[in-house]
Amino acid sequence: MSFELETAANPAGLQRVVIEPVSRVEGHGKVSILLDDDDQVKQVRLHIVEFRGFEKFIQGRPYWEIPVMVQRLCGICPVSHHLAAAKALDQVVGVDHLTPTADKIRRLMHYGQILQSHALHFFHLSSPDLLFGFDSEVAKRNIVGVAAEFPEIARQGVLLRRFGQEVIRVTAGKRVHGTGAIPGGVNKAVTREERDVLLKDIYQIIGWCRSAVALAKRLHLANAGLYNSFGAFRSNLLSLVGPRGALDLYHGTLRARDSAGEIIFDGVDYSRYWEYLTEEVKPWSYMKFPYIRELGAEEGWYKVGPLARVQNCDFIPTPFADAERREFVDFGGGLPVHATLAYHWARMIELLFSAEAIKDLLHDDDILGDELVVEGEHRERGVGVIEAPRGTLIHHYRVNEDDVVVRANLIVSTTHNNQAMNESIRHVAKRYLNGRKLTEGLLNHIEVAIRAFDPCLSCATHALGRMPLRIELFDAEGACIDTLVKDSHERCG
Amino acid sequence: MRLNPGPGIAPRLIIGIGNPSRGDDAIGPLAIERLEALALPDVELLTDFQLQVEHALDLVGRREVVFIDAAASGAAPFSFEPAAPAADASATSHALSPAAVLQAFLRVTDEPLPPAFVLAVRGYEFELGAPMSAAAARNLDAALEMLVSRLTD
Repeated sequence: MSFELETAANPAGLQRVVIEPVSRVEGHGKVSILLDDDDQVKQVRLHIVEFRGFEKFIQGRPYWEIPVMVQRLCGICPVSHHLAAAKALDQVVGVDHLTPTADKIRRLMHYGQILQSHALHFFHLSSPDLLFGFDSEVAKRNIVGVAAEFPEIARQGVLLRRFGQEVIRVTAGKRVHGTGAIPGGVNKAVTREERDVLLKDIYQIIGWCRSAVALAKRLHLANAGLYNSFGAFRSNLLSLVGPRGALDLYHGTLRARDSAGEIIFDGVDYSRYWEYLTEEVKPWSYMKFPYIRELGAEEGWYKVGPLARVQNCDFIPTPFADAERREFVDFGGGLPVHATLAYHWARMIELLFSAEAIKDLLHDDDILGDELVVEGEHRERGVGVIEAPRGTLIHHYRVNEDDVVVRANLIVSTTHNNQAMNESIRHVAKRYLNGRKLTEGLLNHIEVAIRAFDPCLSCATHALGRMPLRIELFDAEGACIDTLVKDSHERCG
Repeated sequence: MRLNPGPGIAPRLIIGIGNPSRGDDAIGPLAIERLEALALPDVELLTDFQLQVEHALDLVGRREVVFIDAAASGAAPFSFEPAAPAADASATSHALSPAAVLQAFLRVTDEPLPPAFVLAVRGYEFELGAPMSAAAARNLDAALEMLVSRLTD
């Protein structure tokens, strides 16, 4: 099936604009836009141009290597892959309930990752657009520009990152390539000294997170007309929720709501996710398009991540974040907020929740315990689902009698949001690009919409010399007539 | 939180960047692994998948910093050049260049910038799951020979 502006009726003879790769988006993403002779938008597509070969990378390895190996799939959210894999392999080793120490250490690690990922996104990747405007001077529209005009914001962003990283180091053993989570538990607890060091800073961190929510909210409310409509579209929402409908980013059951907020399904055991979710393949994209099976591809696609989670849950189990959630829900006037730019506000509510959750866990003596691992009877299949910073992340493994992984299926957060991101950029293209001469500022509007989802198309290599941004403009005959590179300008040929 | 490091910080920092499971992108982490085995005095070693803003804080209080990374183009077996702060295109990415990290250092700290160098070791293949190529391994040997000699002089 095809959505509006997904496929032009007569693509031959249309002008083609390509944004490749999208700046401040991890990995190799590309947007192509087809315009007719009157500069009317006829087709818009977000492509994932790199085939990642995740499953092939994992298959054939002994299961106990997987939680460490999968961190190498992504340099941005290695902890999310680490924990999703460990959760799946808990099932493989026959463990349905971890010890309180193992469960809380993993949660601490996860909330450290959420904190540092959300801080990076808001303070360093999105704040330039939000503080200076989408078509402000390009030389200023980056974190260096923010640091020059808002030094305290830039500084707090760095320190929030560093704190989250310290939480990861303490729980995973190292800042990167950690080995903390293992099938059936964890391999280390937190020492009293490590805890005390983190406790010393946590109240300052919570204070900065509260300020960050206030800033995101203020930016939204100060320009509500733009923020409510920019790239906005209605869709279903999907996420895990914890017991009694609590926001829980580490564990829970699957819940889906429709665009009006009505429950589609709830309390679903994720170990049989495929009975509820399936994927559509489209010839123009390597990335699949997931949807809710019972609704079909046309009606069943959904969004995941902060905007879905904050509205899918019934409450947040920490006081400051829940007060912010209630204000956010009130802003929607009884209906879900579908504004793409509201992702930023929702993301900062989760940032605050993560900081409060870290504080609660640090005060819990279970994290100092010594019962780290449990074992059970081995099973041949395991599914682990976690709410990664960008949304629902599914790891699914089948292990043979020799303890080797023979099948792996990963559905990453950005894949869940594939249709949602395409919808958002089509709305933006139609609203802002139709009939206008394209400029860098206008094309940045497309990137602003994509960045709101914080996609990780990853998990590309980052060797020196592999990070350009290119925007190519083709004429109706398909010849490249202009190329913009992010920090220079050059002509084709 | 404080920006400043505690006492006893090593005067030299070497940061190896890359993904050990992406072919020649393993150059950075492998270099760190081999340097660790030498247990060089007054040197702190650090590895990560990619550089980000918080790495600016690792530079505080250093006398010298070396970034080791695979280079997808440029001179073989390696180049070793001073790095200067710059707000390049990577400032808008999940992964920063060494120059952008130095720029971030200037923006978020009031400390003097330590001399910094980039050891760019030529790599050729970067596929997920691929081993390091023989040519890149030779380049890494040559690069480490130069670096160790410099560190121990």
